[in-house]
Amino acid sequence: MDIPFNVKERPDTGLYNGKLGIWLFLASEVMLFGGLFSAYIFLRTGVDNWPAGTEYLDVRLATLNTLFLISSSVTMVMSWASLKLNDFKKFKFYSGTTLLFAFGFLVIKYFEYSAKFSHVPPYLPSTNNFLGIYFTMTGLHVLHVIGGIVVIGYYFGPGSKMWKADPERFTNRIEIVGLYWHFVDLVWIFLFPVLYLL
Amino acid sequence: MSEGNHKQSFWTKYIWSTDHKIIGIQYGITSLAWLLFGFVLISIMRYQLAYPGTPIPLIGSLLGPDGALPPETYNSMGAMHGTIMIFLGVVPLAFGAFGNYLVPLQIGAIDMAFPKLNAASYWIYFLGSVIMVVGFFVPGGAANSGWTSYPPLSNIATTGQTVWLWGMVMLITSSLLGSVNILVTVIQLRTDGMTWMKLPIFVWTQFITAFLLLLAFPPLEAAGILQLMDRLVGTSFFMPSGLVVSGGGPYAGGGSPLLWQHLFWFLAHPEVYVLILPAFGIVTEVIANNTRKPIKGYKSLVYAMIFLGFMSFIVWAHHMYLTGMGTTIGAFFQTTTMIISIPSVVILTALLLSLWGGSIRFNTPMLFALGFLPMFGIGGLTGLPLGLAAADIHLHDTYYVIGHFHYVVAPGTIFALFAGIYYWFPKLTGKRTNEMLGKLHFYSSFIFMNGVFMPMFIQGLAGLSRRMNDGGETYAHAAGVIHLNEFMTISAWLLGVAQLFFIVNMIISLRSKKTGESNPWNATTIDWTDTTSPPLGHGNFETVPTVYRGPYEYSVPNEKNDFSPQSQKG
Amino acid sequence: MTPDEVKHHIKTYVIVFIALAFLTVVTVAISYLDIGVKAGIALGLFVASIKASLVACYFMHLIDEKTTIYWTLIATAISFLILIFLPISTMLAQARIY
Repeated sequence: MDIPFNVKERPDTGLYNGKLGIWLFLASEVMLFGGLFSAYIFLRTGVDNWPAGTEYLDVRLATLNTLFLISSSVTMVMSWASLKLNDFKKFKFYSGTTLLFAFGFLVIKYFEYSAKFSHVPPYLPSTNNFLGIYFTMTGLHVLHVIGGIVVIGYYFGPGSKMWKADPERFTNRIEIVGLYWHFVDLVWIFLFPVLYLL
Repeated sequence: MSEGNHKQSFWTKYIWSTDHKIIGIQYGITSLAWLLFGFVLISIMRYQLAYPGTPIPLIGSLLGPDGALPPETYNSMGAMHGTIMIFLGVVPLAFGAFGNYLVPLQIGAIDMAFPKLNAASYWIYFLGSVIMVVGFFVPGGAANSGWTSYPPLSNIATTGQTVWLWGMVMLITSSLLGSVNILVTVIQLRTDGMTWMKLPIFVWTQFITAFLLLLAFPPLEAAGILQLMDRLVGTSFFMPSGLVVSGGGPYAGGGSPLLWQHLFWFLAHPEVYVLILPAFGIVTEVIANNTRKPIKGYKSLVYAMIFLGFMSFIVWAHHMYLTGMGTTIGAFFQTTTMIISIPSVVILTALLLSLWGGSIRFNTPMLFALGFLPMFGIGGLTGLPLGLAAADIHLHDTYYVIGHFHYVVAPGTIFALFAGIYYWFPKLTGKRTNEMLGKLHFYSSFIFMNGVFMPMFIQGLAGLSRRMNDGGETYAHAAGVIHLNEFMTISAWLLGVAQLFFIVNMIISLRSKKTGESNPWNATTIDWTDTTSPPLGHGNFETVPTVYRGPYEYSVPNEKNDFSPQSQKG
Repeated sequence: MTPDEVKHHIKTYVIVFIALAFLTVVTVAISYLDIGVKAGIALGLFVASIKASLVACYFMHLIDEKTTIYWTLIATAISFLILIFLPISTMLAQARIY
């Protein structure tokens, strides 16, 4: 019993179900991070001694992280394009590279966080609200990166069996995962200047 | 259309089911149970309000050292009553149960767009609701800072508040997944001929509700994360500078309690339209069917509801008039709040006008639908002074507010939900409910609902504040109105007894014989006309119908019957 | 999408990537300019918005997406802007924003 328009697009909307579904989910994610950005504005304008990002944060590491995520976005969309061109080997290559960049992001984040915790005196979320909102927003972002790694990793690994069984459906899945991953990149594109530079 | 006979285990068929009908029933049973529990909580609290300081009979020893409710326990029950009724009861029933069961049937779909996600939504809701209620058993008891959980109080409250926050995160997640499912289903899975303007109003209300939930819930999730950080990690997002807490801190400070209020009400105002929109949808279906006439103003209803949904995002600070926001912004929110009353009036007027000239059948669903109209009217009208800042100065946080919102939700939405249960019972079961019991249920509920909530306006106008465990008897201004508490409490208990008519009716009706009719109400929508009762397990329809007509073509001139199904050509 | 169209898209992806990398450097450079806090914030967010638009339009294919998606995103954008601007506007009358 097949749900219609799971793979083939519905003629009047031009969409298949999963694509609409992921965009709606991303809409809710915009509002989730939006709530945190709104909190940031509220907290920052509420005090007159908001520290500069550079006082606590390393801009060079974060710039590298930004380049990691942008690169992972390109490799992600290239992995989808490879499937469209029927090149499964290229898909694997680009998908694997995406995972590498994502792991790189996590590694740098690990160094960033541990440097703060081991600082004397330690820089904790409870130290002040700048650090509080920094850890909360980047922490939630990291959770989203990990979620992305799990799903991309699944389709790179065991889930790639679907390519043999139903290539069009698999390609759609990768497109949907890609949309989620680009969103994770988008959030960082705003987090980076807001927290580190402004 | 249905699959070949493959054996499904009991667990696959009824517990881990991905069939929207089973999931709808799961939501229905769970939410009704939580509604009952929430009612029990307030029944106990109302004993205390009627007889302050007196030990509660039978269970008093479980609740407090001298049998009476300690203030903290009263506060926990109050906060949990609100939370349970809204998030564990009404929304899962109106949206999760009715939405899941009926939307695919009414649009001609074989299931929801994402059946497995649907099952996940239910089980996350179930888990979240259990976590919420576990709060009663942790040291310090359940959350006790109101369902609104304002900091700094909620920041420093006992463990129950942390449990509340985790429960909310799960409930919000469940809601978001459910919203995505409904939206994609309605946009993508409408059958041939089911254009937007041929959709039953019920489907429109579920669609708009889903959008509200999708966009409004996440900021509360963000606020929940921030409060969890405050409570578990010691941040000061909501702790202002200079606050001294005995046994707590030190806090870095610099935070804002108002930040919580903004993020909370950004959801909680659209939430009240989430509570009412499905009710509008159900009442519309029942009225059209039982007047044997098309609904007056189909397009007006649709546009009014869309406008209502949009406006609901820009009125929330009318819950915050007393927080010092200044007259300019205050005027902005008063203006939007006044404007948002317009679509509600349009909707109520359309439904009332739809009665004119109808061949009205006064069956149980119709009685509840008719009862809804004036009750919602009272609820809506009493909202107006609250929406005006000058009057709100006097009425904010009084019993007037409690009266206002209960009128909209209790003899409002809940009456509509009862109408829906009685109306669709034959479709879900193939059996009929007992009309005598149904009428007894309606008339007694109607009387006692008014008995509980009407006096609250009088108490509120006298200035009696809400959330006081002794009802406020120590205040001089309560003197003239405090005696009403006993009357309201007895009305509440009698309201509870009245629900026995419903419970007994459900039990004996479920045990009665199937009638063999698939459309006993002679309805026009394809959930009635093109499915068996109950609908087929796999795929719903023997043949997926094509739609040729609008949803309420009753009494069409020169037609043989007084109803013309949507799937009937011609 | 035909293979040729995909190949054309791939060219676009590479160009966008180079633009994004460049704009990242620009973002960091702006933070070193001595233009005052307000101008710094405005300029930084402006550049971030350009980067975000590139990712959305080309990596996420929004530039030729369907109407339904556009309507969803417009509704989202409006509620996002409400969430960002309305809460803080209630604090404008405070002589001392707290």
